[in-house]
Amino acid sequence: MGNKTKKKIITAEDVRYVAKLSRLSLDEDKIGKFQEQLDGILGYIAQLDEVNTDGVLPTTHVLSSMKNVFREDELRESLTTEAALKNAPEADEHFFKVPKII
Amino acid sequence: MNTKKSKYETVVGLEVHVQLSTKTKIFCGCANGFGADPNTQVCPVCLGQPGSLPVLNRTAFESSIKVALAINCDVQEIVKFDRKNYYYPDLPKNYQISQFDMPIAYDGHLTVPGEDGSSRDIGITRAHLEEDAGKLIHDEKKPFSYVDLNRTGTPLLEIVSEPDIQSPGEAYQYLVILKHIIKYLDVSDCNMEEGSLRCDANISLRKRGDKELGSKVEIKNLNSFKAVRDALLYEEERQEDILSEGGRIEQETRLWDEKRGITSSMRSKEGAQDYRYFPDPDLVPFEVRSGLVETIRENLPELPVKKIERFAEQYKLDKKDIEVLVSERPIADFFEKVNTECNNPKVVSNWIQGEVMMHLKDKATNIEGLGLSAKALAVIIKLASGGTISGLAAKDVLNTHIDTGDDPEVIIKEQGLEQVSDEGELDVIVNKVIEVNEKSANDYRNGKVNALGFLVGQVMRESRGKANPKLAGDMLKKKLERK
Repeated sequence: MGNKTKKKIITAEDVRYVAKLSRLSLDEDKIGKFQEQLDGILGYIAQLDEVNTDGVLPTTHVLSSMKNVFREDELRESLTTEAALKNAPEADEHFFKVPKII
Repeated sequence: MNTKKSKYETVVGLEVHVQLSTKTKIFCGCANGFGADPNTQVCPVCLGQPGSLPVLNRTAFESSIKVALAINCDVQEIVKFDRKNYYYPDLPKNYQISQFDMPIAYDGHLTVPGEDGSSRDIGITRAHLEEDAGKLIHDEKKPFSYVDLNRTGTPLLEIVSEPDIQSPGEAYQYLVILKHIIKYLDVSDCNMEEGSLRCDANISLRKRGDKELGSKVEIKNLNSFKAVRDALLYEEERQEDILSEGGRIEQETRLWDEKRGITSSMRSKEGAQDYRYFPDPDLVPFEVRSGLVETIRENLPELPVKKIERFAEQYKLDKKDIEVLVSERPIADFFEKVNTECNNPKVVSNWIQGEVMMHLKDKATNIEGLGLSAKALAVIIKLASGGTISGLAAKDVLNTHIDTGDDPEVIIKEQGLEQVSDEGELDVIVNKVIEVNEKSANDYRNGKVNALGFLVGQVMRESRGKANPKLAGDMLKKKLERK
């Protein structure tokens, strides 16, 4: 990977923050490793910065030729409650159950 | 309260969420309806199952354009959807499909009347479309919460105002006007109790004349327009107390406690929420062609402000009457239909505001559910104003018509309600009334004019409401004054 510039894109602080947002608990000794890896990925992507994009419209979607995909407002059958709850780690007859959140 | 004399001025901005009353959800074909059994209106899409794909509901999209146009926004040419990431169990995907930087519309305004008769334009920053989240039910005795995902994916239009609102009263008026418009568009029930209209309020104070905004507080848990006003009044005072004692306002979210009439701090999350918006790759962009916008604009119904102006000009009714008639579009339409048949605006207005609204209230229904056609009411009004039936009998005919659906003319015939306007027929009754009520008759003869009303009443009673009261009065006068 063309990561020759030594200035890190990702700091150790960023790694802790991203881990927290992702609800991941990360041992301190892993921080350096992930910092290295994330930095490598972003550095790789950063090569795109070198491309001249003057006059190119921002792309909001990879399928740039496709737009306006609608469905009509027509009813379709829903799942049964039983099917909907089937894969839930915890449920009763009617509801999903989650650790208490207020 | 923040009176004119206060050193501070109040700055309020409102975020209103409107559930659109489409048949189905925004990104899937599940029913969009309130009150179903838990987790019966769910499918792989709204449950966020891997491999499912959201597809935008055309009606939800067009309904939001309707609202955007009605609140004077610029509908954008390119619209896209983004993922707003956060973890909360009411949201099975761990992100909400919303709109970040390319929403449906920007830059609108609403004209809001003030208490003194003047009015001000309140700016609207933007309107964007998103999916609603599910509902959590907490059981105080148990260590878990229940999740019902029926509401997940209900189309939600968020309308964000500029911080242009200057008082709690103005915030209230803004909501009234906004709701009125949306109801006219027939795109939402706007029922706050069922959550189809929800509102969060931002409020800050600043020294009068200051340009910079003070730290704002967001108030949540506002379940009625009154709650919005009360919470803002409370918060206005609380912030003013802190500031005038040299304190600082904490930027935070506070919850309105309706019962205690206070706001209290929600435990503040560390740091601001980081939603990490990014374009949703499951949804392609939408190009809003100007042709579509124009077609929608042309098909917008007449909105309240315009209707009020037209009613004043066309029907020459009082401001008060017009306000009641246009309060709901079906009522206004009904008024116009009845009036087309009998062309008597003031009388039609009185009937609708009196009898018809009483029936609506009694039966807790709306005009469509009442089973009263414009034609039938017009017939009754014409028969009453033409003297065929008395005003009192007309009310009976209306009651019977609403209960049975029978033709007004048939009811009049069957119940013999036709007014007696024949002097010969009334003569017997009038004579009898004078004879029986000798005292009142003499009172009148001796100059007590009030006695006549009583005697007319007796004629009405004797004729079982059928006598033409004006004729009865004239006949009584003639007879009593003769002697």
